[in-house]
Amino acid sequence: MKRSFYWLMPLLLALSLTVSAKTASSITSNPIAEARLVELSAELRCLVCQNESLASSQAPLAEDLRREVREQIALGKDNAQIINYLTDRYGDFVTYRPPFKARTLLLWLLPPVLLLTGLVLLWLRLRRASPPAPKTDADSDADDDAIKALQQEFDGKNHERD
Amino acid sequence: MKRYLPLMIFFGLAVLLGIGLTLNPRELPSVLIGKPAPQFELDRLDTPGQFSPSELQGKAWLLNVWASWCSACIQEHPVLNDIAKSYDFPIVGLNYKDQDRDAKDWLALRGNPYKVVVADREGRVGVDYGVYGVPETFVIDKAGRIVYKHIGAVTQQVFKDKLLPELQKAQR
Repeated sequence: MKRSFYWLMPLLLALSLTVSAKTASSITSNPIAEARLVELSAELRCLVCQNESLASSQAPLAEDLRREVREQIALGKDNAQIINYLTDRYGDFVTYRPPFKARTLLLWLLPPVLLLTGLVLLWLRLRRASPPAPKTDADSDADDDAIKALQQEFDGKNHERD
Repeated sequence: MKRYLPLMIFFGLAVLLGIGLTLNPRELPSVLIGKPAPQFELDRLDTPGQFSPSELQGKAWLLNVWASWCSACIQEHPVLNDIAKSYDFPIVGLNYKDQDRDAKDWLALRGNPYKVVVADREGRVGVDYGVYGVPETFVIDKAGRIVYKHIGAVTQQVFKDKLLPELQKAQR
């Protein structure tokens, strides 16, 4: 009985996540600014509960940082300026998309390099494994002769037994 | 040789991930090291008036972020009291997102190691210093630059091994 509802759990979990993401405390009445706040803070990490975004976190620090972002929006700053404002204080860790620079080179380049290496290895291996030689006419003639020989041998044996 | 390759890759990964497990993901390096300490002007809790870091220009000092609601602060407080007794370095207490009344009661009960106590009631100065939890302690040098940040409670060991050498360097 209980078990039959297990499939609902991931669904409910997913639902609760979307609901909490939307509840990023709205104080300002400006819906455009609020939409930008939600969009921006979904890209930013809450430093207290590190795997939660600023949009979904209820931690007091996340409240404060949303307030800062809201104020920056009100000041007319663009998204890049706001993210800079936060990374100047909290470092690149505050964004979920680390910038591409010398320190993050490995982070960005390793996955595609590994994928390419894997594909090249796979291709080399597939090419080396030689495919079965296609049947030629000569082969099939040879087969026919062999079959005929066998047939005759078989018939001959049958006669002998009679 | 070739047949041991997967095993070697496995052990390589295991060692790498094992090292990862011993690191503390809560300790984020501060980006403010080497940068000028952000300026602020906040109300004092110990005496009437305001305080700004520029008043300590020319001295090495500690900025300790604390709150009465923070349990690790209770743990580190005796250490701060000892430091205040034994050394000349001024300690400034940044009372982070707290009620003034609670903070004053807390200090009356546990002793006040701070030369100056300021109230960051909304945590705005905390954001400028990249604070993401309490307690945190900054070492600020003669020129007003942040030279070191300790995250979590200050213990005798931490003071002796980390803060004191940094303070002595910062004083030079």
